[in-house]
Amino acid sequence: MEHAPAAERALETSTGIDNRKLLMWLFLASECLFFGSLIAAYLVYRGDHEVPCRAGDLAACVFPTDRTVNGVEYEGLFDIPFTSVSAFVLLMSSVSMVLSLAAIQRGDQRGFRVWLMTTALLGIVFVGGQAFEFTEFHEKGLSLGTNLFGTTFFVTTGFHGAHVTVGVLILLSLLVMSFRGRLGQAQSLHVELAGLYWHFVDVVFVVIFSLIYLLQP
Amino acid sequence: MAGVRLRGPVYELERRLDSARAVESVIGLGVSLELRDELLRLQLATPNGSVLDADKYNQLFTMHGTTMIFLVVMPLSAAFFNLIVPLQIGARDVAFPRLNAFSYWVFLAGGVFMNVSFFTGGDLLKGELGAPDAGWFGYAPLTLNQFSPGNGINYWALGLLILGVSSMAAGFNFIVTILNMRAPGMTLLRMPLFVWMTLVTSFLIIFAMPIITVALFELLFDRLFNANFFNTAAGGSPLLWQHMFWLFGHPEVYILILPAMGIVSEVLPTFSRKPLFGYPFVVISGIAIAFMSWGVWAHHMLTTGLGTAANSAFAISTMLIAVPTGVKIFNWIGTLWGGSIKLKTPLFFSVGFIAMFVIGGLTGVMHSIAPSDYQQQDTYFVVAHFHQVLFGGALFGLFAGVYYWFPKFTGKMLSEGWGKLHFWLMLIGFNVTFQPMMILGLSGMPRRVSAYPDGLGWDFWNLVATIGAFLIALAILVFIWNVIVSLRRQERAGPDPWDARTLEWSIPSPPPAYDFAEIPRVRARDDFWHRKYVEDEAGRPVPVVAGGAEAADEEEPEEESGHGIHMPSPSYFPIIAALGFPIIAAGLIYDYAFVAVGAAVLMVGVYGWALEPASE
Repeated sequence: MEHAPAAERALETSTGIDNRKLLMWLFLASECLFFGSLIAAYLVYRGDHEVPCRAGDLAACVFPTDRTVNGVEYEGLFDIPFTSVSAFVLLMSSVSMVLSLAAIQRGDQRGFRVWLMTTALLGIVFVGGQAFEFTEFHEKGLSLGTNLFGTTFFVTTGFHGAHVTVGVLILLSLLVMSFRGRLGQAQSLHVELAGLYWHFVDVVFVVIFSLIYLLQP
Repeated sequence: MAGVRLRGPVYELERRLDSARAVESVIGLGVSLELRDELLRLQLATPNGSVLDADKYNQLFTMHGTTMIFLVVMPLSAAFFNLIVPLQIGARDVAFPRLNAFSYWVFLAGGVFMNVSFFTGGDLLKGELGAPDAGWFGYAPLTLNQFSPGNGINYWALGLLILGVSSMAAGFNFIVTILNMRAPGMTLLRMPLFVWMTLVTSFLIIFAMPIITVALFELLFDRLFNANFFNTAAGGSPLLWQHMFWLFGHPEVYILILPAMGIVSEVLPTFSRKPLFGYPFVVISGIAIAFMSWGVWAHHMLTTGLGTAANSAFAISTMLIAVPTGVKIFNWIGTLWGGSIKLKTPLFFSVGFIAMFVIGGLTGVMHSIAPSDYQQQDTYFVVAHFHQVLFGGALFGLFAGVYYWFPKFTGKMLSEGWGKLHFWLMLIGFNVTFQPMMILGLSGMPRRVSAYPDGLGWDFWNLVATIGAFLIALAILVFIWNVIVSLRRQERAGPDPWDARTLEWSIPSPPPAYDFAEIPRVRARDDFWHRKYVEDEAGRPVPVVAGGAEAADEEEPEEESGHGIHMPSPSYFPIIAALGFPIIAAGLIYDYAFVAVGAAVLMVGVYGWALEPASE
């Protein structure tokens, strides 16, 4: 049973779904609550950095009242074309992830490696873009402690970036396993699981990109 | 025959070892906590108490709540899941044995990490203890650096994050085990109630834990990196913490009580010799409670000024959740009704559970009435209420489970005489402790105070409550004595000492390492019972004649059949991975270099785990 193909092993379970795949789906379900909470915190504070007083709430007037962040207009902070390219890169990495899974499932090691490497590279480009963006914002004077926007923005997108980084590590680990001959057609489930995680992280960015970047208050 | 092994090297993955370790850890943490709790009650026994100063009192009550919830009731429930669930669904193990071991070691790491704070969180040389001191609910902004300097809160937040990893790992594992590892014929609606409640609880865990995880991360970002989540000076809102905490915290309440409800739903049918009354209703009301538990969190916040509409909505949803709970209680009573009752200790605890939980539930409905809650908020009435459900409820249910399943895993019965003494001492001690708190609360005594002046009419009932707390301590001693005496007894319990209904009783006590020599085929709910009894015309159970057609082909395991069964190979990696977490956490408090060290340890554990040959 040790090396039985994934499909054969799956039949042993009551639901017909492989244990590990079910685990991954459950993990992703709970991750929805994780990112949901982060994004909810962002939405609760959305716009608070530039609203001098909440309506009718005089005690709240001690809020920082600047519409600017150290002289930089907040509205001009985002570079939408740049982040759009980042988002596009990450979405395309989902396509290459699908292609690499398809390749290994039909036993095409070379195709698998090429597409997996492409996916990892696109992921690295995305993380690099985020690092650049964070540096840029920091130089313009926005940091974690500047205001509520800085706090919620960096923490929400930062946790997403950390997830992408973990994903890249998983992909590179799979690549090493493949080169060592430990990842054949029979072990394609590992690639499928990594793929599920990868697509999930992509979808999260679609939400983050829409809510934080495109729908600014 | 292989006996059950309750001791073994740390790399062994036998799941009973994990449970035994968990139970030992809980007893260790619980007893040390019990001693500290007696200090709390001593302090409040008389007006102007001088046993503890306010600072130490705050630390002790904070650690009391945190420990009882995260380090006693949750791991005890998890130990039951681990022992019972595979047996009740006819599986040989959990789905992921290494994840199971990981879950235990992470729990231990988190528990130790948090308790170390007593010594390392403050300046011990000046006689200061450094444990967290902002309550188990950790309300912001009290938890921010400004109001809680020192490292206590950091230990608290990081410790809870570590424990969250443990709970989540266990939650995933049990859901996959229950959904995927059922024996042939064990359909969802044939599963024993305890398995159902484990499933529901596990879902609550994997959905509730991420929320507190985010809240704790936000708190840590505020404390360690000057973020503003709860910093009111920058516009941060303390209410955000309360919403997130209680959005986790209310499902958490059901994470604590549903396993106990599952245990009681197993014990009552066995000792009434009747099937559970209205099985589908009990299952569905358990699921309904879980769903509704997501819509009641703001009843913890009725006095925070959410507005009339929100208060009304949450008041109504809170009253509604009493409906499925009431359904369960009536079904339990219906199970007892007309049964041929065997008055054994597990039944005593189960009936105690029902009675105490009803009082707890009804006082909960009182809280849901918003205007009335304005009077009760932050008084001892609330303290009395939730101890009524969590002690009178969850803990009584867990003790019922201990008495019920003890013979299955040790092969020895717990003494009935000591058991009943334990029960009565506990029931009396419990009521003597917590009913006075109802009176104190209604007469206005605030909770979380380390001392109160005399002349307010609170002296007498506080003294009574303290006496009750010592009765509880005595009951715990009787229980420990019972375990010691019973383990030394010579006579064996036999595979089915209670004449029970579910599959775990069809195999020897203690079960062999592979549990089932042959995976059972399940044909009905309470399958094992139906193998033992048929019904006569009047519906009374009549024993199946020995050697009957069904019994013959299934009940005699072949002697050799255990040998070809695959058992998990031992692994060091779960414990290595678990060790990474407290190192990272300590690094965040003291020196970031250790974060790197901890991360490296974690990576070694994870990669070793992923790459070692295993068949999970």
